[in-house]
Amino acid sequence: MSKSLSKHTPLLDVRNLTMKFGGLIAVNALCFEARRNEITAIIGPNGAGKTTVFNCLTGFYKPDRGAIILTDKDGRSHSLERMSDFRINNKARVARTFQNIRLFGGMSVLENLLVAQHHKLMRASGLTIGALLGLVSYREKEREAVEKASYWLEKTGLTNRADDLAGDLPYGDQRRLEIARAMCTEPRLLCLDEPAAGLNPGETKILNELLLDIRDQQNISILLIEHDMSVVMEISDHIVVLDYGCKISEGSPEHVRNDPGVIAAYLGVEDESEVRL
Amino acid sequence: MKSKPSGPVSTPFSSAVADAGIAAFIALLLTSLVLGLRTTDTPAGLVLVPRTGLVVLAVSIVFFGRLLLNMLRGKKIPSNLRINTLAEYHSRFFVWARKYSGRIFLTAAFLLPLILLLAERQTGARMPLRYWFDIATLVLTYIMLGWGLNIVVGLAGLLDLGYVAFYAVGAYSYGLLAQHFGFSFWICLPLAGLLAAFWGIILGFPVLRLRGDYLAIVTLAFGEMIRIVLLNWYQFTGGPDGLSGIPRPDFFGLTFKRFGDHTFHGFLGIEYSSLYRILFLYYIILMLALLTNAVSRRLRRLPVGRAWEAMREDEIACRSLGINTVNTKLTAFATGAMFGGFAGSFFATRQGFISPESFTFIESAIILAIVVLGGMGSQAGIVIASIVMIGGFELLRNMQGLKLVFGDGFDPSLYRMLLFGMAMVAIMVWRPGGLVSARRPTIFLTSGKTERDKRARKGEKQ
Amino acid sequence: MEYFLQQLVNGVTLGSIYGLVAIGYTMVYGIIGMINFAHGDIFMIGSFVSLIVILGLFSVGITWIPLALVLVLAISMMITSAWGWIVERLAYRPLRNSFRLAPLITAIGMSITLQNFVQIVQGARVKPLPPVITGHFTLMEKDGFAVQISLMQIIIIMTTIFLMMAFSWLIGNTGLGRAQRACEQDRTMAALLGIDVDRTISLTFVIGAALAAVAGLMYLLYYGVIDFYIGFVAGIKAFTAAVLGGIGSLPGAMLGGLVIGLIETFWSAYFSVEYKDVAAFSTLAIVLIFMPSGLLGKPETEKV
Repeated sequence: MSKSLSKHTPLLDVRNLTMKFGGLIAVNALCFEARRNEITAIIGPNGAGKTTVFNCLTGFYKPDRGAIILTDKDGRSHSLERMSDFRINNKARVARTFQNIRLFGGMSVLENLLVAQHHKLMRASGLTIGALLGLVSYREKEREAVEKASYWLEKTGLTNRADDLAGDLPYGDQRRLEIARAMCTEPRLLCLDEPAAGLNPGETKILNELLLDIRDQQNISILLIEHDMSVVMEISDHIVVLDYGCKISEGSPEHVRNDPGVIAAYLGVEDESEVRL
Repeated sequence: MKSKPSGPVSTPFSSAVADAGIAAFIALLLTSLVLGLRTTDTPAGLVLVPRTGLVVLAVSIVFFGRLLLNMLRGKKIPSNLRINTLAEYHSRFFVWARKYSGRIFLTAAFLLPLILLLAERQTGARMPLRYWFDIATLVLTYIMLGWGLNIVVGLAGLLDLGYVAFYAVGAYSYGLLAQHFGFSFWICLPLAGLLAAFWGIILGFPVLRLRGDYLAIVTLAFGEMIRIVLLNWYQFTGGPDGLSGIPRPDFFGLTFKRFGDHTFHGFLGIEYSSLYRILFLYYIILMLALLTNAVSRRLRRLPVGRAWEAMREDEIACRSLGINTVNTKLTAFATGAMFGGFAGSFFATRQGFISPESFTFIESAIILAIVVLGGMGSQAGIVIASIVMIGGFELLRNMQGLKLVFGDGFDPSLYRMLLFGMAMVAIMVWRPGGLVSARRPTIFLTSGKTERDKRARKGEKQ
Repeated sequence: MEYFLQQLVNGVTLGSIYGLVAIGYTMVYGIIGMINFAHGDIFMIGSFVSLIVILGLFSVGITWIPLALVLVLAISMMITSAWGWIVERLAYRPLRNSFRLAPLITAIGMSITLQNFVQIVQGARVKPLPPVITGHFTLMEKDGFAVQISLMQIIIIMTTIFLMMAFSWLIGNTGLGRAQRACEQDRTMAALLGIDVDRTISLTFVIGAALAAVAGLMYLLYYGVIDFYIGFVAGIKAFTAAVLGGIGSLPGAMLGGLVIGLIETFWSAYFSVEYKDVAAFSTLAIVLIFMPSGLLGKPETEKV
């Protein structure tokens, strides 16, 4: 597709997003954009409404007001606020991970990655009935799916754990597996909810490399919620800062780092140690 | 009791006695009235008949049982009897069993009845073959139902307490289709399955959004509703009288009647025996059960089956991966219902008579118990659980030998359900994960045999 | 109109009994998140214990009804509580941390066990009891049709209201209530804060069983006939009531009980007795489809 389109229309355009829980306004008239092939980070103190934004984006919450528009490479736009959660992944191709990891713990790592390719495989299996009656050759497609899975296992360094239960993996591996699983759905936009939480510095470094690789090699845009500034400042192209559901700053890492409003917001609510911006 | 540390208060013995005393006191409290005084009808109304002996017996059993347990708890068990050694044998046994038991069981299931039949013919020994075949058929019916429900509960993780509804739909479908249209068993069998699946979708669609336990009560309610409708819709279902004279299945057009044109024994030129029909029914349910097993094993390896299991593990993650969980639940519900329907129409043709009495909640509970006791999602576990729970207790019904122990008034069948319930509790407490609880992944990255062996060895070590 | 009022009185009475049993379901569900299938059978045992104690008291000559009732209530509550306690101790506590379905299966097993135990030791025949409390008041009379409320019905409704108030107070204002609510929220944290979780759970079962004993006694006196099977039917209805009202909610259980009682009574009165259960269950399904947390349950936002 023409470069001009992808340069000028952002991949994701969030306009006036508002979400209330009872009397609490979790997200208040939020506007921001996520551009193609960029890593956009959403930061802010705890309770700023970051995860709520994610949940609106991926259809787990229905926002009270506002529009979330995803424009794909062909120029078609999807109104995410009107789509149900599974369609957002399936049609608009937005994949996500969760703050408290949600793997299929009782299933093997490889199975986790195959579940992520459900739609492709479902079609290949002739909606089950075909494969059950032996009408379609499903083997070939399954092999392709396994190949795709092993590609991502390789990328995330989990190849030798492929046949272990996902629930048995250590925490850092689980985080990476969740990203691999999201990537297996072939997303345009990958939403990561605190991918570095609970990782040690070494693991964080590996994570950074993985995310940069996803952006540069796979040409996939990333939307990131993160507290760990070593991740945010290092890999983000663009940062949106939230506080009490409102956007208080936006711009390049350099810009945000020096924004007095941001520093005040962090210092006002958090203890100092977290504010090494 | 157990919650107290078993450490001695004064001396080990006196504290053990004190503890047993407390247990005995509780037993006295529990039994004194309910067991100790029996309400008996007399012309003047109910009167109480005391049965002090029974209470004394129960209380002393509890006292000495508890005392024995307390005394044993502190004792060193010889190392060769330690639990971990036992567990090791145990798991080694399971690894071995997993490898061969399927084949052995299958061969036995196919050949043993024929061998027994031939043996009886040849030697002239009187064996209660009819009774054995009946029990085997019954056990296989429950195995099939267990495998069917396993799709819903074990794979998809949907708690269905009304599975018997689909069993009933299958049975009545065949009964009614045969009665009104004269369809044969072999035409009705698929129809019954389809109708049950259809009902599964109708009932499932509105309620599958509900979360776990709400779904349980609604499915239970549906099960009861279908039974109540069958019971009261007199013109259509025959009400409490049920449907009778349901035709028996034929074998490629050959009937198992004593007289007639196309009879099985006539065709083969052998002497008539009612056993042939029983055996034929046995083979039908064996084939149906194997079909259920093959299909559900195959489904597990297909995307839909993986989606079921993923849904059991985490529904939200499933939705984030683009899986339509409502549809996926419906397919599981309908597939399970379909096998229930098959089993139901088999039940109808086997009994020749059906009534709503056969489709009570307790049936659903038994099938669910088989699935959970066997180990959720485990095909082999369901076989073991069915044999133990159905076969074992069916045998108990006829143990006349027990009368020698407990006196002439002892009726084993009365105690059957009591023991059944107690066994359910005991097995679950003993093995909370079910009898066979290990799950094997449906696919391996390194599909070589070495990897599997490695896994098998790993399982052994645990 | 008169007929309607009469049915209303009957429905509220039935609903009160269901409500009392439903509280047992809802409290246990609230605290350990399991369906205590054996609770209906605890109710049945309560009923049997009451019957035996009444017969016993009459046979030793205590026939002054108020005294007899107090004694029956006390003994029955005590013994039924012991049954509730032992069921939890034997069948649920060992499975406290295993997967969700395990305690459900032991609960069903316990239900089967209790039912058959009573059937064996007390016989399968129905047990009739001649009316103990008689007398009724006529609320209104028109065209020869009198709307009546019996003394028994008044007692049932008043007792239920009293118990409801007492238990709401207990949950809201006592240490036990606080411990219970803490365990509902987070059992591990409650334990870390020094709450004896096992004891709290046991007490929940004991309270539930005590209420079931009251319900059992009232059922016995109201209907005058019991058998070993009443626990199953009443249990399912009460559980339906608990879910309908929003499981985990005490007022919800009472409201659900009333709704189920009223629907059953009115359906029997105006449509058909045979399908009263179908009406009750359909109401449950319909309510749940539109209000997935029941009538008074806290709407649960999915925590993602």
